[in-house]
Amino acid sequence: MSDKREIDPVTGQETTGHEWDGIRELDTPMPRWWLWTFYATIAWSVAYMIAMPAIPLVSDYTKGVLGYSQRESVRMDIAEAREAQSGLRSRIEEASLEEILDVADLREFAVAGGQSAFAVNCSQCHGSGGAGAPGYPNLNDDAWVWGGSLERIHEIIRVGIRSEHPDTLFNEMPAFLKDELLPRDQVDDVVEYVLAISGQDHEVESADRGRGVFLEQCAACHMESGKGDRELGAPNLTDAIWLYGGDRESIWNTVADPRNGVMPNWDDKLDPVTRKQLAIYVHQLGGGE
Amino acid sequence: MFKHEFFEKNSIFLTIGILVVVAIGGIVEIAPLYWLKSTIEEVKGMRPYSPLELAGRNIYIREGCYVCHSQQIRSLRDEVERYGHYSLAAESMYDHPFQWGSKRTGPDLARVGGRYSDEWHVAHMIDPRSIVPESIMPGYPFLAENKLSYEDIQGHLKANRTVGVPYTDEMIENAIADLEAQANPDEGDIDALQERYPKAVARVFDGDERRITELDALIAYLQMLGTLVEFDSFDAAANSR
Repeated sequence: MSDKREIDPVTGQETTGHEWDGIRELDTPMPRWWLWTFYATIAWSVAYMIAMPAIPLVSDYTKGVLGYSQRESVRMDIAEAREAQSGLRSRIEEASLEEILDVADLREFAVAGGQSAFAVNCSQCHGSGGAGAPGYPNLNDDAWVWGGSLERIHEIIRVGIRSEHPDTLFNEMPAFLKDELLPRDQVDDVVEYVLAISGQDHEVESADRGRGVFLEQCAACHMESGKGDRELGAPNLTDAIWLYGGDRESIWNTVADPRNGVMPNWDDKLDPVTRKQLAIYVHQLGGGE
Repeated sequence: MFKHEFFEKNSIFLTIGILVVVAIGGIVEIAPLYWLKSTIEEVKGMRPYSPLELAGRNIYIREGCYVCHSQQIRSLRDEVERYGHYSLAAESMYDHPFQWGSKRTGPDLARVGGRYSDEWHVAHMIDPRSIVPESIMPGYPFLAENKLSYEDIQGHLKANRTVGVPYTDEMIENAIADLEAQANPDEGDIDALQERYPKAVARVFDGDERRITELDALIAYLQMLGTLVEFDSFDAAANSR
């Protein structure tokens, strides 16, 4: 390597003076636009350090003249969004559920808001379209365990079912076999009877015996007809809609050791406006009464 | 004066030179976090994981849950509206390793605690599509069958203490008893457990009281995620970043 800088005769450009086995390198300057862009980024970084939180000090850091804070910014974003909705939200807060249904713009806002709240809070159990899953009721159909009126839906969302809320809706189906309330053959019989009243294949003799057991043990809640009682939260056993399955084995499991599933309460987790929106949304899914 | 030629001709010095220059960037970004008071917020309610929760966390990491689920609610409106209060640094100060991230094949789990019932978690772990038909999460039915191996749980607490988690001697001594009490409250000393780990919830998480399974531990862990910090006493203005 030599350090002799000289002018290249072909290009007229100075060389770097480096030479490897007779090969020399042109010292072409960087393009001006590139150089100025580079200087601009340096200037930008200095300005940014002054404007934004940047330089660590002994126990704190410089806050920057703009005083930007990501956490403050998200708080403002949310406050702004609430503010933009505050007109409709306060009207929903004051209106009764029926009134919301009647006023077109309130209803529309409630359904839209209810839909997003449903997606965040309810869809994991009741399904994204409200179609339910084994153990979690379908909200699209006419079969309601605890009732499908607007008021009732709203109340269930607020207090839950077998939840931790003091006003929760509550009932408890006994575990007839597990707690030895019925001997195994009577459990078999009453299952046959339930199969019979729900219009499924069954053993006639066993079902006849089961009828007596049913009237004695089950009719208090599920009614003599087996059609249930929504006030008590006792499901209708005569239709084809089942929370935990309607085949012989599923019914047997329920009689032997029922699940008594839980719907959480949303009294302290969702604000009153959102709960009203949810009630309107669920009501208009298809089964509202 | 150093000439560039010196570095070009002595590769060992070139290597050292590169390391020094690159390290400056890292030092400027990382080192201040160790002394700035604002790095970790002062909050009420944070405590180390109970032994059962820690065992659940180990299963969470073993099964690679973090590949699809992050535990970091960023301070952006859509995330706060969906998942709840943005995550605080204090909430992961006992995490080794942390579970931050932004890749969300599945939802963020930083505040999944208390959102669903234990029964939901059991059904969801065994077969996610049985309750969420559109889910792409794989099933983990074996967790419900695998007996939790926790003979070495004291060692896990000790290892965490070595890297700075404030487990006391008493906590380490009682680790196995605490773990068994939290998974089966009828047969353990819950008061002692909650004395050591406030707000620890003791239940038969997987619905089977006869044995402690890996599912028990995992659900115990999931059900406490994001529930510790008392946000009523959190001063957002003093902790704005």
